Amino acid sequence: MPLLEVDGLQTHYKTDSGRVKAADGVSFTLDTGESVGIAGESGCGKTTVVMSLMRLVDHRDIVGGKIILDGDSILEMTDDEFRHLRWKKLSLVSQAAMGALNPVYTIGWQISEALKEHTDMSKAERMERAMELLEQVGVEPSRVNTYPHELSGGMRQRSMIAMALACNPKIVIADEMTTALDVVTQVQILKLFQKLQKDLNLSVIAISHELAILGQICEKMIIMYAGKIVEMGPTEIIFDEPKHPYTIALLGSLLDIATSDKKELWSIPGRPPSLLNPPPGCRFAPRCTHTKPICKENEPPLLEIGPNHCAACHLIK
Amino acid sequence: MDTLFNAIDLSKTFKLKKRTRGLGSHRYVKAVDGITFDVGLGETFGMVGESGCGKTTTARMILQLEKATSGQMIFQNVDMTTLGRKQTKNMRRHVQMIFQDPYSSLNPVKTVDYLVSEPLKIHNIYSSKSEIKDKVRETLEIVGLGSTDDWLAKRPDELSGGERQRVGIAKALVLDPEFIVADEPVSMLDASVRAGIVNLMLKLKDLKQLTYFFITHEFDVAYAICDRIAIMYAGSIIELGSADEIIKNPLHPYTQLLLAAVPPLRPDKAWGNTIADGECAYYIQVPAGCKFQARCDKCKDSCAEERPSLIEKLPGHFVACYED
Repeated sequence: MPLLEVDGLQTHYKTDSGRVKAADGVSFTLDTGESVGIAGESGCGKTTVVMSLMRLVDHRDIVGGKIILDGDSILEMTDDEFRHLRWKKLSLVSQAAMGALNPVYTIGWQISEALKEHTDMSKAERMERAMELLEQVGVEPSRVNTYPHELSGGMRQRSMIAMALACNPKIVIADEMTTALDVVTQVQILKLFQKLQKDLNLSVIAISHELAILGQICEKMIIMYAGKIVEMGPTEIIFDEPKHPYTIALLGSLLDIATSDKKELWSIPGRPPSLLNPPPGCRFAPRCTHTKPICKENEPPLLEIGPNHCAACHLIK
Repeated sequence: MDTLFNAIDLSKTFKLKKRTRGLGSHRYVKAVDGITFDVGLGETFGMVGESGCGKTTTARMILQLEKATSGQMIFQNVDMTTLGRKQTKNMRRHVQMIFQDPYSSLNPVKTVDYLVSEPLKIHNIYSSKSEIKDKVRETLEIVGLGSTDDWLAKRPDELSGGERQRVGIAKALVLDPEFIVADEPVSMLDASVRAGIVNLMLKLKDLKQLTYFFITHEFDVAYAICDRIAIMYAGSIIELGSADEIIKNPLHPYTQLLLAAVPPLRPDKAWGNTIADGECAYYIQVPAGCKFQARCDKCKDSCAEERPSLIEKLPGHFVACYED
């Protein structure tokens, strides 16, 4: 049995002009120690999926689907029951712009806050654990009493990781973990994260709009478009033999400066559809270069097209 | 190639606030430390480096948004640093900027019409309203946006990120400038949209005979758009050459480090294994010798004694490093 099973998740935000179908029938599984990456453009629903997993969206907006974590259906729990699981089974590393850390508390205080909630350690033990965690992520333990503004961007991101690991979670969700960082710092953080994942046997869900980054740290990739999964499979296959026209276009919009001399970037014309009233049929059809009449009428199901490889497109045999 | 813009020994020193004085008696930070470069007519000159290396400060000095502490900036045979207020305003007609963040650089309560026509009104170029409107429509069309009344009445929140950035480009182009300073114009955008903006900028360059000073921290973007690239580290240019040379044959250890950090498109287990810990230095007290010495694995004794100057090691390829 997989550690986490998401089945037909539908998160439709209520707005004044109607329901925005931000995640519409998303299904995937995650095993212990596995890492899966969710990629897609802004507004494709990737953050909505993880926010639903963490139950950080209004529960009335989750209108359908099941999320089974370690045998428990988390959407059926009360807020209080779920609060005990959060950080212990499932934790989040968000983008550590200044906003993610509280500027008026020291990082040691912020790390120990999760411990205070979920364990019965004494104050001294909690600080001890905070220092141990900081050491684990490569920040001098003596920095435990510093404030976020005294740390560099890389160290703030490391502290965020330390915080996420405080209660030994099974699953860590990394939401645009390295987006605001410089390239060199980005590599350092990703390498650290990979090492921790291996050492602690963590399951990881990573979100990024940078495909290349996800490719380096994830075994499995999920490509989302307009609230739906359009392609899913092992990372090598997604990169080497992408089948869905959207995945192909997304990869074409990147340049591989290391190996190729190609200097032309492809763009995808048009913009994603409004999720208030998504078009019938395939949601990518209006921007797709291979559109057939059937694409505008019937929605393509996500079908298995190879070992562990699924795609949702009428044109794939 | 004729030279359009020339920076000679350009420096900017910021005075630190009293509160941050705990760092000894050094109260100044050299954001840009004596850089010299030239931008040819019709060229796209790229500047690449990590946060805090001084690339945005350079851009702001070119636009006279920041007064240079020392050095000269020659644009069309005039030293921009000596201009008075009125002359600076006239100069700005010819030098325009595209900003990084299309979400915060457009006033959210103004319409597209207002945003794009504002530069024309400030510089008082056309006398009649209809001429202004025609120019606005024409500019919106060339940046790939609609020019109907409906479009002109839109406000930024009705536009996608890519469309906003196109409005930002239209604002810069509406005055028909010769020189465009673009400060990370695509770093806030999705990959698919990013490609559209880069391709648009390339098209406009040919159409309007523009020269770009293009700041980015992404090498793939720099490779796609730049003719030449300068690599900045802690306020100094440490390598300068054609885009192909810099990316395919980097000579400075710092450039090599930056390029090794770029994630390859194909999953690669070995990626990043050569990268040691260390962060970009913000120098309040600049060490003698090479600024990169603390992070460099090829550091020799001579590196700590005297700062290496930018030397032409290959034709057109300049490097500031003692390593051969």
